[in-house]
Amino acid sequence: MIAFIIRRVGQALAVILVMTVLVFFGTHVIGDPVWMMVPGDATQEQVEQVRREFGFDQPAHRQFLAFLRDIAQGDFGRSYVHGGPAFALILERMPATLELAFAALLMAVVLGIPLGLYAGLNPEAAPARAIMAGSILGFSLPTFWVGLMLIMLFSVMLGWLPATGRGPTVSVFGIETSMLSLEGWRHLLLPALNLALLKVSLVIRLTRSGAREAALQDYVKFARAKGLSRRRIVGVHILKNILIPIVTVLGLEFGSLVAFSVVTETIFAWPGMGKLLLEAIQRLDRPLIVAYVMVVVMLFVTINLIVDILYSALDPRVRLTGDTA
Amino acid sequence: MSAEAGMPGAEMAGAGGLGRFARRFAEDRVALFGLVLLLVIAGLALIAPFIAPQNPYDLARVDIMDSRQPPGARAGDGFTMWLGSDGVGRDLVSGILYGLRISLAVGLVSGLIAAAIGMTLGLVAAYAGGRTETLIMRLVDLQLSLPSVLVALILVALLGKGIDKIILALVIVQWAYYARTVRGSALVERRKEYVEAARSLGLSHARTVFRHILPNCLAPVIVIATVQTAHAISLEATLSFLGVGLPQTEPSLGVLIANGFQYMLSGKYWISFFPGIALLVTIVAINLVGDRLRDVLNPRLER
Repeated sequence: MIAFIIRRVGQALAVILVMTVLVFFGTHVIGDPVWMMVPGDATQEQVEQVRREFGFDQPAHRQFLAFLRDIAQGDFGRSYVHGGPAFALILERMPATLELAFAALLMAVVLGIPLGLYAGLNPEAAPARAIMAGSILGFSLPTFWVGLMLIMLFSVMLGWLPATGRGPTVSVFGIETSMLSLEGWRHLLLPALNLALLKVSLVIRLTRSGAREAALQDYVKFARAKGLSRRRIVGVHILKNILIPIVTVLGLEFGSLVAFSVVTETIFAWPGMGKLLLEAIQRLDRPLIVAYVMVVVMLFVTINLIVDILYSALDPRVRLTGDTA
Repeated sequence: MSAEAGMPGAEMAGAGGLGRFARRFAEDRVALFGLVLLLVIAGLALIAPFIAPQNPYDLARVDIMDSRQPPGARAGDGFTMWLGSDGVGRDLVSGILYGLRISLAVGLVSGLIAAAIGMTLGLVAAYAGGRTETLIMRLVDLQLSLPSVLVALILVALLGKGIDKIILALVIVQWAYYARTVRGSALVERRKEYVEAARSLGLSHARTVFRHILPNCLAPVIVIATVQTAHAISLEATLSFLGVGLPQTEPSLGVLIANGFQYMLSGKYWISFFPGIALLVTIVAINLVGDRLRDVLNPRLER
């Protein structure tokens, strides 16, 4: 087990290193960062001075080492637009994004598991066919357009829910959250639903195929022979056994929710780090882009690592075939 | 590639030729409907210049006085704008027809290039093995571990705007799916006797790989290609909506939807609504076809 963990941590560090190289290559080799720092009418001397000042006249490997050293110290440079350190700006916006992604995940589970269970246990019923057809629609819907339509329907036409912003937050143990007040939930509901739509179809399909397989297993026949109620068989025996793959996949999908929140946050003006990234891209605020990419890569690698280790703790077979997985 | 090259792969999976494959596909009415829908959409996009009431690129035909008209209003030129008009007075029916052209073209071109690169790398990985395989597959793993929307967004941020840059970004986020799929099939195929026979005949490595192994790996690639094309069209629309995709001079469906965003809060829903419906119908049609192809081409479900 320990050897497995050490090997996985080593792989995770290697991925981070490769990503660092790619990001460095993208920002320092493809584009010349000097032009982002000097005014358009700068003279040749001014350009050279900035180049020396920031060490861009050094050979590439020197620059890369300096880049690595700065990142290891959490120094991603200062945002051109906001002025403050880029890393701090990202961290400041992170809780709002994580809250949105978490709320979306919660909705995907709450909507997806019951629908998937129903479709899996009654595969021939008409509602089950409707659910499966709906799930094709679910992963075909362009997220950004659904977001617009949600605003159109619930904010503009019906006027039930606010279209933009995060609403009031309550501080719990130093973490600001809008999940504890009604007004906070009113603001959270639409963006979270928008983000959740991507994953509802996935949860429905996973749950359905899991339930179809589990329903044929011996332990279910045995439970039925024992005379247990259908509610107990489905709720305890089947659900318990299909939850492991669902939880694993959802853990991995959390990262993609964080990534997709760039779209949702922009539409709903949700003050998270995704919206910050898009603003940075539109204004070519490179330090902020680099900081965002590195933070998200580390988030991803950490999530994958945790899921892998948990999974191998639950299922020892994974450890033996760890290399091929 | 998906249309012409699909046939040998389909034959392999169906084992009874094209006719049987087509019959099996058509057994599912919903999938057949999806296919017909897709053909109609592609046809409309192809002949857009001949059927659109207005050329949205022709500034002489577009009248600012017609802007933000609701569906069914009459344009200054006398024709009826069945779906209304956008912020600068372009008829939305025409805008959507021309937008479909761009959206479909970007999706198809990026898909073809990604398929060519991905399939080549996948075949090389499976055939060469060793270090080459490890290197290629590590690259695939790395690519697949990051969400495509994020990778595309960052790439476009670094590369800049423009149709060629969008296509490049879409190719980079797609190739790994093809590489992984083809490698999986090719690993099985390369151990078969016909490969040994081809080598014994003295055929070159390249000929063995591309003329003998590749055709037998195509069935799963066709399924991936449909899913990926739908994905690429959606991703291009997303990027264009976020303002980092195609410029206003190349109004894809995503650009049209983005243009309507600012008018939506004042209740002018149609500018974003109808192009979105066109996008949705296109993607659903492709996914319906893909879902059925997955069933028909899956050898495990072979009857």
